[in-house]
Amino acid sequence: MTDVHGAELAVTVIGPDRTGIVADVAEALARLGANLTDSTMTRLRGHFAMTLICTAQASATEVEAALLPLSADGQLLVTVRDVGPDEPPHNGGLPYLLSVHGADRLGIVAAVTRVVADAGGNVTDLSTRLVGPLYLLVAEVDLPEGVPGELTKRLAHVADELGVEVNLRPAGADVL
Amino acid sequence: MSIEGWDITALGTGRALPVVTAPEPVLSRVGEPVDPTDPQIVALAADLVATMAVSPGCVGLAAPQVGVSVQLFAVDVTGHPKAATLHGAFVLANAVIVEASRWRPGREGCMSVPDLTGDVKRAGRIVVTGELPGSGRKVTITTDAFEARALQHEIDHCNGLLFLDKVSGAHAIYQRKVYL
Repeated sequence: MTDVHGAELAVTVIGPDRTGIVADVAEALARLGANLTDSTMTRLRGHFAMTLICTAQASATEVEAALLPLSADGQLLVTVRDVGPDEPPHNGGLPYLLSVHGADRLGIVAAVTRVVADAGGNVTDLSTRLVGPLYLLVAEVDLPEGVPGELTKRLAHVADELGVEVNLRPAGADVL
Repeated sequence: MSIEGWDITALGTGRALPVVTAPEPVLSRVGEPVDPTDPQIVALAADLVATMAVSPGCVGLAAPQVGVSVQLFAVDVTGHPKAATLHGAFVLANAVIVEASRWRPGREGCMSVPDLTGDVKRAGRIVVTGELPGSGRKVTITTDAFEARALQHEIDHCNGLLFLDKVSGAHAIYQRKVYL
């Protein structure tokens, strides 16, 4: 949503992890008056990855220029681009949690998420980890009503082919 | 199971009050202890019950959620599928958790944080002491499952804490998708 703070910009930063990456990026954005809104920042193996949306009066080019010193040593890769004020697509679905684990092999994420997409499911959050031989995928998925039963069967079929375990369960919260 | 000496009708008829939402500062203040026999506190107890009754899916409401920073909350988890032990609809003043065990994670939302849910570890069995509004009678309530979770959530409100203060990790907050 565009507001009084300006247009929305999408910023990505990735590079070898070290102390102070978040502070450096956040300080540079704050100096520009760019307001950090939604973000995820996490370590992926040895790399630190930031994906964030900020609202700024400054243009994408100006923000990129302000972040340029951070990438000067060739360690951090920084990108900035304008994004529209679009509302996220919502399939009117209910939240489910999908977990998949098993021996690592090529194409687990591709096969599993294709089945979800074909069923009209929308992935809203997804993480994967490879630890030794074990591969793990955990995803938040919005599923249209009536879909979970059939999807569970299709996921079981794909899981059999891949030799992994799959589990789909409601992720509904209790309002207190 | 009922609470000895408790009669909700003795509170009288309350008014449904507007529920405040974060970042309203009152939600982050530690509530003042109250005199449960004070007619104003009895009236506020009735208001909490009335507000809970008109809020779809609401199973608990603490005074800070209607803008009053005091140690008073209402709970009613009757009919909830995750409830086991039940004490019906009741209001408790100055409640304190004296025993807590069987910690379990669960995802919860809150009327005062309408757009987010989060994973929070709560005790599956608790013993709570408190005072009944009106009589001021001291009670000890032992409960479990969903009623225990609801009591912990409301007691947190009375202490200026939201579920956001207790989420189990950086990735344990979610955009809420289902509104009652």
